[in-house]
Amino acid sequence: MINIYEVAETNRMIEHENLDVRTITLGISLLDCADSDLETLKKNIYEKITTTARDLKKTGDDIEAEYGVPIVNKRISVTPIALVGAGACKNSDDFVELAKTLDEAAKEVGVNLIGGYSALVSKAMTKADELLIRSIPKALKVTDRVCSSVNAASTKCGINMDAVRLIGQMIKETATLDAVNSSQACMKFVVFCNAPDDNPFMAGAFHGVTQADAVINVGVSGPGVVKRALENVRGESFETLCETIKKTAFKVTRVGQLVAKEASKRMNIPFGIVDLSLAPTPAIGDSVADILCEMGLEHAGAPGTTAALALLNDQVKKGGVMASSYVGGLSGAFIPVSEDQGMIDAVKAGALTLEKLEAMTCVCSVGLDMIAIPGDTSESTIAGLIADEMAIGMVNQKTTAVRVIPAAGKKVGDTVEFGGLFGYAPIMPVNSFSCDAFVGRTGSIPAPIHSFKN
Amino acid sequence: MKKTIVTVVGKDAVGIIAKVCTYFANNQINILDISQTITGGYFNMMMVVDMSASPKPIKEAAHELAQIGEEIGCVINCQSEDIFDMMHRI
Repeated sequence: MINIYEVAETNRMIEHENLDVRTITLGISLLDCADSDLETLKKNIYEKITTTARDLKKTGDDIEAEYGVPIVNKRISVTPIALVGAGACKNSDDFVELAKTLDEAAKEVGVNLIGGYSALVSKAMTKADELLIRSIPKALKVTDRVCSSVNAASTKCGINMDAVRLIGQMIKETATLDAVNSSQACMKFVVFCNAPDDNPFMAGAFHGVTQADAVINVGVSGPGVVKRALENVRGESFETLCETIKKTAFKVTRVGQLVAKEASKRMNIPFGIVDLSLAPTPAIGDSVADILCEMGLEHAGAPGTTAALALLNDQVKKGGVMASSYVGGLSGAFIPVSEDQGMIDAVKAGALTLEKLEAMTCVCSVGLDMIAIPGDTSESTIAGLIADEMAIGMVNQKTTAVRVIPAAGKKVGDTVEFGGLFGYAPIMPVNSFSCDAFVGRTGSIPAPIHSFKN
Repeated sequence: MKKTIVTVVGKDAVGIIAKVCTYFANNQINILDISQTITGGYFNMMMVVDMSASPKPIKEAAHELAQIGEEIGCVINCQSEDIFDMMHRI
């Protein structure tokens, strides 16, 4: 039988070390909603979402109360809207109408974010894909809860540089349109290489076309739990360090597996995957950077950071994989800047640069995340940043992503406030040498040689 | 039978167990096991209970026990045993 010490350990993790289930994300296929008439399509989408997700919030709240573990977010991901809206949307404004419908449906069922305002264009864009991408700035401006993503590259297809260039423009336009809110709308958009189609985390969640009609995916978190566990093994060998992370990751993931299975049973919707991620929040003690420091670095960004992060990421996966029957999504350590107090401190101290973050993205999930850059950063520079990150993902056969906020009117040395879970971010300097002529070339970068495995 | 774990953590005082047990008795909650320690002046108790005969759903009982905890200066949690089993048993 469970003993008092084990019970106390679990409750200490929850009460003092920020152990939580970060999100239950209900994936819903909208493929059966497609229609050539926009109004019919909107009605179909609204009804499908509000019917399928009717009990999502209540189920999450009930499980939270019963097990005593916080379930921070209940969210929805849908089929990429560029596919669903292709038959009905004749221009970008038509797509914006669909974004509004998603927003209304999300509000009706009480979820805080809905993802899937997305296009999959790793090889090339259809007309509908391009219209959707062009509609992103306005769609994010007029909605509150809609998240958008574009898969612009993959190991199998290469990098769609036409899309990357266009996305550079769209990020800039999104920032300008939302200047009064510190360009916060940019936080709701992410561009991917090798995007997983079962990712429960926003802003990049969408319900892939290979998925069932509806599916429950769960994202767990607990950087504070790992940090606390490592406090007990200071100065010990790498073997001990790795074992400690693995054991802790196992425990954290088990909670996610339990919640996912329970939500699946109660809602009668199949269980998809548990995403074994260490997702930080600005709360003190809920930081991935603090784990790196606990391993022995003065600040995240110091020499040794990439190795420490590689170790952390790998051990989290090794511990987590045994704890869950199906693992997927992004799975690994997240390194967002504005959502992690330790990362913010490292930037402020001058220890962490954009270039170091780029190196770190080679060994962890996901990519350049929640990074505020000067408002006058050019479209082509943003496209260049994206292209670099896409190349890392493409060549290393991993997911990478870019979520940057070119905060309108802000310059290096300023700070931009996002509020709540999103925190705040110091504006980071970006290499200002031009890449105009490179990103200005049309077409795509071919898939790498090692993608031909057949 | 699904077991429920009730934990009480707080400053040691007279009548803590009595309060909690009275609530159990009033709500047809059967105690299967009790273990208790005092560390650093803090009272730490775990009860394994069977709520299958109770008219109260666990969510409601957890809420009411938390309120009792506030009255007597303790933190009382009431959780399904599954979360501990999942975390600590393979």
